[in-house]
Amino acid sequence: MAEWFRRSADKIKTLDKRDTAEGLWIKCPRCAQVVYKRELEKNYHVCISCSHHFRINSSAYLKLLIDNDEYHGIAENVRSVDPLSFKGEKKYSDQLKAAQTKTGLNEAVRVVVGKINGQDTVVAIMDFSYIGGSMGSVVGEKISRAIDHARKRKLPLIIITSSGGARMQEGAYSLMQMAKTSAKLAQYSKDNGLYITILTDPTTGGTSASFAMLGDIILAEPNALIGFAGARVIKQTIGEDLPEGFQRAEFLVEKGFVDNIVHRRDLKRTITQIFNFFGIEKFQNSKVTEIE
Amino acid sequence: MSKYTLEFEESLREIEEKIETVKSTGIKTGVDVTSTVQQLERKLEDKRKSIYKNLSRWDRVQLARHPRRPHSLDYIEMMCDEWMELHGDRYFGDDKAIVSGLAVIAGKSIMIIGQQKGRGTKDNMLRNFGMPRPEGYRKALRLMKLAEKFNIPIVTLIDTPGAYPGLGAEERGQAEAIAKNLKEMAIIGVPIINIVIGEGASGGALGIGVGDRLLCMENTWYSVISPEGCASILFRDATRAKDAADAMKVTSIDLLEMGIADRIIPEPEGSAHMHPKKASEMLKDVILEELAQLVTLNTDDLIENRISKFEKMGKWEEI
Repeated sequence: MAEWFRRSADKIKTLDKRDTAEGLWIKCPRCAQVVYKRELEKNYHVCISCSHHFRINSSAYLKLLIDNDEYHGIAENVRSVDPLSFKGEKKYSDQLKAAQTKTGLNEAVRVVVGKINGQDTVVAIMDFSYIGGSMGSVVGEKISRAIDHARKRKLPLIIITSSGGARMQEGAYSLMQMAKTSAKLAQYSKDNGLYITILTDPTTGGTSASFAMLGDIILAEPNALIGFAGARVIKQTIGEDLPEGFQRAEFLVEKGFVDNIVHRRDLKRTITQIFNFFGIEKFQNSKVTEIE
Repeated sequence: MSKYTLEFEESLREIEEKIETVKSTGIKTGVDVTSTVQQLERKLEDKRKSIYKNLSRWDRVQLARHPRRPHSLDYIEMMCDEWMELHGDRYFGDDKAIVSGLAVIAGKSIMIIGQQKGRGTKDNMLRNFGMPRPEGYRKALRLMKLAEKFNIPIVTLIDTPGAYPGLGAEERGQAEAIAKNLKEMAIIGVPIINIVIGEGASGGALGIGVGDRLLCMENTWYSVISPEGCASILFRDATRAKDAADAMKVTSIDLLEMGIADRIIPEPEGSAHMHPKKASEMLKDVILEELAQLVTLNTDDLIENRISKFEKMGKWEEI
């Protein structure tokens, strides 16, 4: 009897409530379409109906970009300390532990060397889920080592950003990471290294005002929030509402600060196209080994 | 306006008012009050000494923002034999929150770039309260490159509550402008001295703050965000700025201990705003002394030292 109420047309899907409860279905925050989780995963975590790019973690990007998901980690043993014995609402050391438990990561960035369509590449990926992807001493150090590795091995460098900015709990140490990573990039650039940044949602504050905006080529995911100051602060300062689409990836292309917007599906292909154009295969390619 | 406007200066104001009262009583009644006045003046100095010996972090933040504190152009005027301001980024406009130009100090050519706050409402509007826009950072870089071409050392004076968080600033690439300065300043082939003369808030300060030496005047602060900003985010209460200043360890003394500042430039008793001329002389002496050391290095060593200075910054452990 119940079957009579089932829709037979493919266009309209009847959702199974039990499945929703078990988290097999996900509602798109943009178009409110409810999609089957496995479908979403197959579509690179991009909404099938409106192309909303869901935030994904570093593991998902590695799977997306690196051939056979095979890579070597760099600077994996660098860990945060609490240099100021920071006393906030929560203890910083507790926050670090909580973030590690929640994400299974040891910091807000991962650095690896792996092949992208056969090309050895140094890839650093930030995780927004780890204390807002904030940059403290360890993020700065790991990014710096990524740049050094790329420079020494003459490999191209890719950084995928997702970060609210510098990590307040480390005070001026965090601020200095902006200068540190930028100085390293200056050296890399002088040596003719190729640096591509991929800005994802969100990339703001000290991260945007340092290595994120220093790519030779700057790509962004659709609709990613990218800017220096937070929207709330700007609103307070100017005392009016912000225009539609302000600080979104498309806005930055319009204003001339991002080269292109790339759908996640096309990301790997686009990177390879850029590599091929600049003749990266001419780089002195050495076997991937871990330097620590 | 009273000379003393800050909370911790209250007791100084009281004594000074008393001195004035005694003096006017003396004039009115013809009684000799000289010894009483002298006594009170001694008391005033003792009190001042004891207050300034025990300044809290928050006290220093307030001194750094003191409305009568000398700003970049005040120091420039006091220190320089010659000064010619140069304007504009050659792309968009001239940012009045950053002043820059050709300075001659003790016979030496120096490119000075400073963040400029205003004094009073009208002047502050003109200077945008010392909050630079992208064109300010681009102007700074243009002139730093010019200095490099002619082997002229660079001095930057940091004094900003932050880069301007406005619509136009975002549209014109605030993040890109700051990022580019960080990268370029790392490899500019002439000595660069960065001096915090007041407030140093966040990337807005760092945007002209990469160099061979970071010097902090005694009553200044420099950190990743303002104490108020930190308080409103991490304590969910902007009024707890005092706690945030302590938590982030924002003062010149903290920065020296953290190994971020290279040196503290002492200020005259009662802070720079009480004795601006004296403060500018102390500043000038340190600039000349530091430059004399830096100019002996060849360009490659200079840049290598600079990069390795930043390379070491931060605290972490390897497990």
